Amino acid sequence: MAGLTLYDKLWRNHLVEQREDGSALIYIDRHLIHEVTSPQAFEGLRLAGRKPWRLDANLAVPDHNVPTSREERAGGIAGIRDQVSRLQVQTLDDNCRDFDIVEIPINDVRQGIVHVVGPEQGATLPGMTIVCGDSHTSTHGALGALAHGIGTSEVEHVLATQCLIQQKMKNLLVRVDGALPAGVTAKDVALAIIGRIGTAGGTGYAIEFAGEVIRGLSMEGRMTLCNMSIEAGARMGMIAVDQTTLDYVKGRTYSPSGALWDAAQAAWADLHSDADAVFDKVVTLRGEDIVPQVTWGNSPEMVLPVDGHVPDPQGMDNATQRSAAQRAIEYMGLTPGMAITDIHLDRVFIGSCTNSRIEDLRAAAAVVRGRQVASSIKQALVVPGSGQVKAQAEAEGLHEIFLAAGMEWREPGCSMCLAMNADKLGAGEHCASTSNRNFEGRQGIGGRTHLVSPAMAAAAAIAGHFVDVRTLQESTQ
Amino acid sequence: MKSFTVLEGLVAPMDRANVDTDMIIPKQFLKSIKRSGFGPNLFDEMRYLDEGQPGEDCSNRPLNPDFPLNQPRYHGATVLLARENFGCGSSREHAPWALEDYGFRCIIAPSFADIFYNNCFKNGILPVVLPAATVEQLFTALYAQAGYRLEIDLAAQEVRTPAGEVLGFEVDVARKQCLLKGLDDIGVTLESAAHIHKFENRWREQSPWLFNVIGKGQG
Repeated sequence: MAGLTLYDKLWRNHLVEQREDGSALIYIDRHLIHEVTSPQAFEGLRLAGRKPWRLDANLAVPDHNVPTSREERAGGIAGIRDQVSRLQVQTLDDNCRDFDIVEIPINDVRQGIVHVVGPEQGATLPGMTIVCGDSHTSTHGALGALAHGIGTSEVEHVLATQCLIQQKMKNLLVRVDGALPAGVTAKDVALAIIGRIGTAGGTGYAIEFAGEVIRGLSMEGRMTLCNMSIEAGARMGMIAVDQTTLDYVKGRTYSPSGALWDAAQAAWADLHSDADAVFDKVVTLRGEDIVPQVTWGNSPEMVLPVDGHVPDPQGMDNATQRSAAQRAIEYMGLTPGMAITDIHLDRVFIGSCTNSRIEDLRAAAAVVRGRQVASSIKQALVVPGSGQVKAQAEAEGLHEIFLAAGMEWREPGCSMCLAMNADKLGAGEHCASTSNRNFEGRQGIGGRTHLVSPAMAAAAAIAGHFVDVRTLQESTQ
Repeated sequence: MKSFTVLEGLVAPMDRANVDTDMIIPKQFLKSIKRSGFGPNLFDEMRYLDEGQPGEDCSNRPLNPDFPLNQPRYHGATVLLARENFGCGSSREHAPWALEDYGFRCIIAPSFADIFYNNCFKNGILPVVLPAATVEQLFTALYAQAGYRLEIDLAAQEVRTPAGEVLGFEVDVARKQCLLKGLDDIGVTLESAAHIHKFENRWREQSPWLFNVIGKGQG
């Protein structure tokens, strides 16, 4: 019999019941909750007179709606000016109190984007099943966990039963061999993979990322990569546990310690695919081939190397692709054949569950240090992923580098990634963004999003247009 | 949940690939803490010429005349014909809530995003996958004939066209049964409560570090 993949093992470990109809009941170890996708689930519990199955499996934190300006943030929930946002954050607070669920509240130093907070607190551990009413829950797979987004009905289902009804996915191995050139990051790897397999390439699959390049990534980089699995169509992406994982997990608030750590570490040693495991599909890339990436259109698969040119839809064979490209070019205000480096920016956003961790901020600060944001840039926002990331960055003086360059240093939250708070793009504005979706209107109605790495966003802020960050990095050295 | 057995209904087109959840229901409407009332804001940015706000009365907003759902021939549609990778992006269940609230009970496309596909079944909507070439033919037929209708039979796993064609489709047994009967998933799962307890006890013994964590007063 063939060996098991990492996904097979995680599935097997959590299988409560295999049903004859092909579905399975899967046990959920950790349920993360935020304010947008949970109110209707709590309401459902109330209407049915149900209680949460296991309180200590849940951890809540508001992130999507929270304001990021220090001034608006100072007033806590009551200070949120948008009354609809305020009600949603208040509702999470009320529900957590009523159901006795632990919440990290809005102005707690640990508050932040749920996918940054979970791993940071040690609430995300290797070998867990982790779900949250948010598609970027795939982030947590970076720790060797089975993690994916769910809808609100399933949020209610997990609260009530600690389980989910699931169908097993197929296995997709994405292997990135070799080594990355200097200046190329996990974000560029993620975008290059999506460019290769498309936004539906992972549909129906659980992705495992492997290969020398992946092994060489920090935990922050791995989280960036797994975060974007959903943009490749896969609900979950994961990476085997190794020394990098263990070093990251050890000593965190909710991580095991002492004898429990030793036992956990022994169990986690199995969290990798067996050498003879069989994958349904394998995709390989070479690290050396990957250069800094920039998206030009309204789907993450519409991505090019920074030295590329906007494609000409007329040259496309597939009618659906042609019309999608045509529409994207119009929406984005581009012309076929124009150089990516000729795209001028209005705003820059460094943040989101994809790229708001300390390493991301360090990479951006390294580019910005001693330079000024171009005068044509209306706003360059830096939004740390959590209060702890913010404190760490301030201890390192990164905020002073950003502020000196003319950037704004904000309070933690999802912010301009999806513009549910006050941070958004105006119609027609181009934004270099370290977030994960470049959909029409995602960052504000009529807004034009280009997805890039933190270093590339920082470089774009300095130049006022896209530029290969490596040219700036060379001149610094 | 509403059950789904046989639907005979008017078809409307959503003729573009990769229709994402931000298009289906823009983020400003996600601030609602209710489950209903999203229908007037379905496809908001394409459907109206102005910027929609949550809680706003949509009846006086300027409509985009080019958007199919604003054209009289598609009024009252219950079947949406769509393209590849429909529902990609976010896990927000507001997307199927908006489609259902508007009146759609069935979406036909060559492919769907995984989370959206699953969310449909939780809300009484049947997503039907048909080959791209078949979907192309349906688009042609739909554009050619005002009042174009289809019959979707879940038990038989068939889509029937006015021309008498019968198009079979796949759907997994568990989801099919739940939808046919309009079952409450949670109620069904709780019938296995003893199994869950048994698993949980064993798992707690085997992996105590997964349990000895989140609690009040920690951190």
